[in-house]
Amino acid sequence: MIQEGLLCKELEVLEVRPIPGSPVAHLFLEPLNLPFTPGQFVMLRPKLWEYDPLWPRPFSICDLNSEYLQIFFQVVGKGTNLLLALRPGDKVTCWGPLGQGFPVADRALLLCGGMGIAPFIALCKQHPHPERLKLLFGHRLPLEVYPWQDISDKVEKRASRQESEEELLLFEEELRESIWQYAGKGKIFACGPHPFLKVVHKYLVESKAQGYLSLENRMACGVGACLGCVARTRQGLVQTCTKGPVFKAEELEL
Amino acid sequence: MSVDLRVNLSSLNLKNPLLSASGTFGYGLEFAPYGDLKTLGGIIVKGISLKPREGNPPPRIVETPCGMLNAIGLQNIGVEKFLEEKLPLLPEETPVIVNMYAQSGEEFVELARILDKAEKVAALELNISCPNVKKGGVLFGQNPLLAAELTRAVKKVVSKPVMVKLSPNVTDIKEIALAVEEAGADVISLINTLGGMAVDIYRRKPCLKNVFGGLSGPAIKPVALKMVYEVCRVVSVPVVGIGGISKVEDVLEFMLVGASAVQVGTANFMRPDTLFRLVEELPLKMKKLGIKSFQEWIGKLEV
Ligand SMILES: Cc1cc2nc3c(=O)[nH]c(=O)nc-3n(C[C@H](O)[C@H](O)[C@H](O)COP(=O)(O)OP(=O)(O)OC[C@H]3O[C@@H](n4cnc5c(N)ncnc54)[C@H](O)[C@@H]3O)c2cc1C
Ligand SMILES: Cc1cc2nc3c(=O)[nH]c(=O)nc-3n(C[C@H](O)[C@H](O)[C@H](O)COP(=O)(O)O)c2cc1C
Ligand code: FES
Repeated sequence: MIQEGLLCKELEVLEVRPIPGSPVAHLFLEPLNLPFTPGQFVMLRPKLWEYDPLWPRPFSICDLNSEYLQIFFQVVGKGTNLLLALRPGDKVTCWGPLGQGFPVADRALLLCGGMGIAPFIALCKQHPHPERLKLLFGHRLPLEVYPWQDISDKVEKRASRQESEEELLLFEEELRESIWQYAGKGKIFACGPHPFLKVVHKYLVESKAQGYLSLENRMACGVGACLGCVARTRQGLVQTCTKGPVFKAEELEL
Repeated sequence: MSVDLRVNLSSLNLKNPLLSASGTFGYGLEFAPYGDLKTLGGIIVKGISLKPREGNPPPRIVETPCGMLNAIGLQNIGVEKFLEEKLPLLPEETPVIVNMYAQSGEEFVELARILDKAEKVAALELNISCPNVKKGGVLFGQNPLLAAELTRAVKKVVSKPVMVKLSPNVTDIKEIALAVEEAGADVISLINTLGGMAVDIYRRKPCLKNVFGGLSGPAIKPVALKMVYEVCRVVSVPVVGIGGISKVEDVLEFMLVGASAVQVGTANFMRPDTLFRLVEELPLKMKKLGIKSFQEWIGKLEV
């Protein structure tokens, strides 16, 4: 039960790469020399933060190799604004890889909404047979701001932009169709904002597909101690940071 | 210069004054990947009740300036599972103190009896100060008569040291401290969280499902320090200081005003190796200040 080797490390910022004209950016840190499963995350807290923000911030591992740890993030509030202001050489306290990532799947349908693309970058890069993966990406910002090109063309990928309510409804329909078509053929993984996950969850349960969802719950500790990040499951309220963030769809009550 | 970090809490001898605060350190094991649990002065585990509890519905935490609010509602696995599955995995070298929660005096006594029999439990901490539950909790801690009655009842059935944890949400904390001391508390710990709330103007809703929560973290340190100072001046049992401690300087402040040891809570969320680092940094800081042992420091504030 005790996970070995997960130290809390102080990593140097290698680069912060904002995408001009957009609220998103890439953060590159010194690598952690630890294996990881796509879907796992890290907790980040820049050394410059004294008491405010108090908590670290959770981010999916977008890529981790011998050269860097990559985070793809959207600026939404105080913490992410401060991440954007980091300079090369600044130190960031980091612990992880944390939680349960996506299970191994020979074939999978990947459903991502917005920033939910982050863990799938790593998944597509690591997969031994990217041609067996299918990816459907719903996004609000222009496609160029996302690391879309980092996903191999071998992956059967499709992006669809939603700027209006109508387009959102159409996308919902597209999600429904893809899930029903894919159910029984392989695993279905989803990551994205809560409303997106709710829709996906509904169709996964209806179609009895082998689905997995990655949740973004508010976290304080990231290690299972504070019980603040709990999700409602068939086993009651459980920690998203250690029992998730990836959960079997049928286990979850959203 | 060699530094002696040992302190005593009644009959409990600690290798250093650094304890984890209940509810912020899980069952201890969650932090094993980040440091050596054997180095800690003691581990105070999440509040345990007779039966497992699900706690309050989420959202139940929110970040506030230099602090946080929580309304966990004492989710825990229950005493049976704790004794079977968690306690055996904790190191022998570190005293384990069990924080107890119950809804009635009878339940507290029953729970205390069970825990008193567990060999590896070094002491009990009576939580009469949780603001996040409807029954029990802070109700005991806000009334000196009830607090004393409960302390007496628990003391009667246990042989291990009993530490009583006080709530700051009272008119005069000294009064409660004196009442539990008189009733036989071996140690007094304070403070638990301060009642608070946060609202979301965009949704016109409280940020916590429970509406109210308990405030903790660096934001509450000055309040905690004052209360610890006040209580230390009126009681003669050892006092354990809690509230916003995140640095060695904070540890020394609480001890200077009279605390014999401290508990570190919310700071464990700022980085999971906080306590392990404090254990390493404390003797270095003491050397710098020329403190050889805590006898020459505890309660030596010059006013
Ligand atoms: C497992 C996991 C993986 C994540 N991966 C990514 C990622 O790869 N890229 C990315 O851009 N974002 C990701 N997020 C969301 C990211 O953590 C939040 O956007 C970020 O914490 C916002 O911080 P802030 O201070 O800027 O926002 P504020 O709104 O000012 O933050 C206030 C509090 O709310 C929390 N919070 C706010 N939004 C979210 C959210 N969506 N999810 C969880 N907590 C939130 C913050 O952590 C903070 O505690 C992930 C979240 C989780 C739980
Ligand atoms: C998430 C959380 C859970 C807590 N759970 C408990 C608990 O189960 N029992 C208890 O006596 N105190 C509990 N507390 C209170 C702490 O032990 C401590 O008294 C308080 O947080 C003040 O210290 P701090 O500022 O260092 O966190 C909890 C605090 C937090 C933040
Ligand atoms: S974030 Fe603390 S238990 Fe999950």
